[in-house]
Amino acid sequence: MAQSVPTDGIASGRLAPEEYRSRFADLHPPLSTHEAVVEADRCYFCYDAPCMTACPTAIDIPLFIREIGTGNPLGAAKTIFDQNILGGICARVCPTETLCEQACVREAAEGKPVQIGLLQRYATDKAMAAGKQFYGRAAPTGKTVAVIGAGPAGLACAHRLAMKGHEVQIFEARPKAGGLNEYGIAAYKAVDGFAQAEVDYVTAIGGITIHHERALGRDVFLSGLAEQYDAVFLSVGLAGVNALGEADAEARGSDDAVAWIAEVRQASDLGTVPVGRRVVVIGGGMTAIDAGIQAKGLGAEAVTICYRGPRERMKASLYEQDLAQTRGVAIRCEMRPLRVIADAGRVVAMAFEQGGETVTLECDQVFKAIGQTLVSGAVEDETPLALSGGRIQVDAEGRTSNPKVWAGGDCVAAGDDLTVTAVAQGRDAAESIHKALSA
Amino acid sequence: MADIRSNFLGIRSPNPFWLASAPPTDKEYNVRRAFKAGWGGVVWKTVGHDPACVNVNGPRYGAVWGPDRRLLGFSNIELITDRPLQLNLQEIKAVKRDFPDRAVVVSLMVPCDEASWQSILPLVEDTGCDGIELNFGCPHGMQERGMGSAVGQVPEYIEMVTRWCKAHSRLPVIVKLTPNITDIRWPARAARRGGADAVSLINTINSITSVNLDTFSPEPSIDGYGSHGGYSGPAVKPIALNMVAEIARDPETKGLPLSGIGGITTWRDAAEFMALGCGTVQVCTAAMTYGFKIVQEMIAGLENWMDAKGHASLDSFVGRAAGRATDWQYLNLNYVAKARIDQQLCIKCGRCYIACEDTSHQAITALANGKRHFEVIEAECVGCNLCVNVCPVENCITMEPLAAGVLDRRTGQVVDGEYGNWTTHPNNPMRVQAAE
Repeated sequence: MAQSVPTDGIASGRLAPEEYRSRFADLHPPLSTHEAVVEADRCYFCYDAPCMTACPTAIDIPLFIREIGTGNPLGAAKTIFDQNILGGICARVCPTETLCEQACVREAAEGKPVQIGLLQRYATDKAMAAGKQFYGRAAPTGKTVAVIGAGPAGLACAHRLAMKGHEVQIFEARPKAGGLNEYGIAAYKAVDGFAQAEVDYVTAIGGITIHHERALGRDVFLSGLAEQYDAVFLSVGLAGVNALGEADAEARGSDDAVAWIAEVRQASDLGTVPVGRRVVVIGGGMTAIDAGIQAKGLGAEAVTICYRGPRERMKASLYEQDLAQTRGVAIRCEMRPLRVIADAGRVVAMAFEQGGETVTLECDQVFKAIGQTLVSGAVEDETPLALSGGRIQVDAEGRTSNPKVWAGGDCVAAGDDLTVTAVAQGRDAAESIHKALSA
Repeated sequence: MADIRSNFLGIRSPNPFWLASAPPTDKEYNVRRAFKAGWGGVVWKTVGHDPACVNVNGPRYGAVWGPDRRLLGFSNIELITDRPLQLNLQEIKAVKRDFPDRAVVVSLMVPCDEASWQSILPLVEDTGCDGIELNFGCPHGMQERGMGSAVGQVPEYIEMVTRWCKAHSRLPVIVKLTPNITDIRWPARAARRGGADAVSLINTINSITSVNLDTFSPEPSIDGYGSHGGYSGPAVKPIALNMVAEIARDPETKGLPLSGIGGITTWRDAAEFMALGCGTVQVCTAAMTYGFKIVQEMIAGLENWMDAKGHASLDSFVGRAAGRATDWQYLNLNYVAKARIDQQLCIKCGRCYIACEDTSHQAITALANGKRHFEVIEAECVGCNLCVNVCPVENCITMEPLAAGVLDRRTGQVVDGEYGNWTTHPNNPMRVQAAE
């Protein structure tokens, strides 16, 4: 990597324009047709395939891979979309190394699983590039469902409801749909405006209207929606962020990682996004990794991710940890945050306690990535929904304590904060809603 | 170091690897390159009387590929040489003069009358070549003119032409057989009756490699139409091996020298043909796929295997497998084998299970104690080997013979240590009664 401009403090434009492009290029370049066919040939077409069982959306992986191998990528795409209409983004962001690819028998055999994620991307890219729509809408049911939040769970739910002939009104707090696909995940995982292209592809089925900048608890209210619509699906995500509390300081450079990542994603020119020369990221999950890698990518000289617990408890997958380290981001564990140290209103260091000693890391910027929370006020309303562990309590079909309200995605207690799980929950809730509305 | 020098019908070559009569041996330029690369001999691409043949001016080859474009099967609609006879003869003479230690056999195809053969044989002999091979196999183009496989499919013609060649030439005569026939033993017997010194086989197999689903033309396509071509390459090897074995063990042709052809790509393929009785092997498709250098791998591989197995010369193993090819009725029905899955090697893909469950004998478990577990149910296993063949892990599933005296849990019978075949089996209405 070329040298960044060694400007102290928080600054933008640390790199030459072409350097931004290469550092934020597609993390896994797509497979060519020949590469896809060769990779497809590695699949053993297992009986009761472990990869399929490991997939939260239960995509028939051996079947779609066989379809790729026989020169039928559109058939493969349909096999994927049948189970997961957001198969395109899942192909990019799924931690396949802990899901389908970990279960792949070739992982057991030789430590080299079939590259299921890349194959899924190959097929879904082909279908989207061809503008191929596989699903039509059933005869209109006359029912309308409100979906709150246009992230993966909301979109998956809306699509399945539209297929069943229901009308869907989506209320989205942000200016764009896509949820974390648009605002959350690292830029190099969804290049070239993929998230918006996917929103367009999913909503092209018809019957789905998205109302932007309509936030729950501000512009729309659960009690009113439940009254006005035949059913409500809540997929509001986790809009709140955990705070450092007293350890924090009111100073330039003490920033929330989630908001900063959104800023990176929304920047039309990465050269305008400021970043510190020395950056400390507090946290041990995917947000910490994404913030760390992108800070380094924007030209920060030194980036250190500091996690309070031991390495094995980090929520970021090993693959993501490796990725961070190969991109020059240091990871330090057993670092309990003590306080942000500021001077003249600017962050100058971050103090940690490690093994009974105080460790101070000089830095210009501290990103806090210590977890996100449900903004419960928004869902409490007049008749509060039952919560569990700070998130909405749902049953196996996504039903909440309110019989007209279903929920899915990161806001529910049953999730694991994965896009693919959110899609499964949205889809399954739609089936449950359809069943209830058809009764 | 093993000695791989070959003496086939008195034709000596430094190794048994010859290039078959085909495009690689069509010209002096190619053959010189082949000899420099180390090939032991060539069968010069088939020559005939002038005027020379013409070839199509579009694609003359088609192929079948594996997913990574590995060429598995190859088809051609090329004819015999399209160059004047005199030019070929001059070149053969020049090459043989410069490479006296290599085998140079000339492939011939002329119309089916004695005068045509009688006139060409002295010209060929005059080149100093080591032998002739009669091309009775070409399946396309030439048979429409009463040559090639049109002769090879009529044993009487084979015998007649072979006899003419033996009468009018002192050279060893190798008859090349077409596989496009119901029973390969018939043309081989005819060749022997005609006095052939050897047969070589197989020539290519009638084929259409694929159909273009946009134009509906068979491939390779010439202006929207396709003609059947001759199939070769790795895909045809099992067919060729069987035909070689049939001739090697037929009482009428047993002992007739054989030159093996058909999908030979590696030293191992060559050794298998030789084990069935071939004194030399001929290669075309592998050379056309990878170039002449592959002979280095073949030479080294054969030498290393012979050294490892203690075979000092080719004679030590040529024909050793021929006696082990037998008729089904003589296979030992008292031999009982059961599949066994090595749980340490098993990667739990379940292919053995689904193959057995869906298409065979329901003799493999998918679950044990609620867990994914694949194990053979001996009481159901007929020992068919399907699981072995579909298992992606080498040696994970093996066929284990049951020792004499052990209970076969499928039949409830104790394994009989004595050899017993169909000819004496009680279920055989034609059985041979044991002498009282």
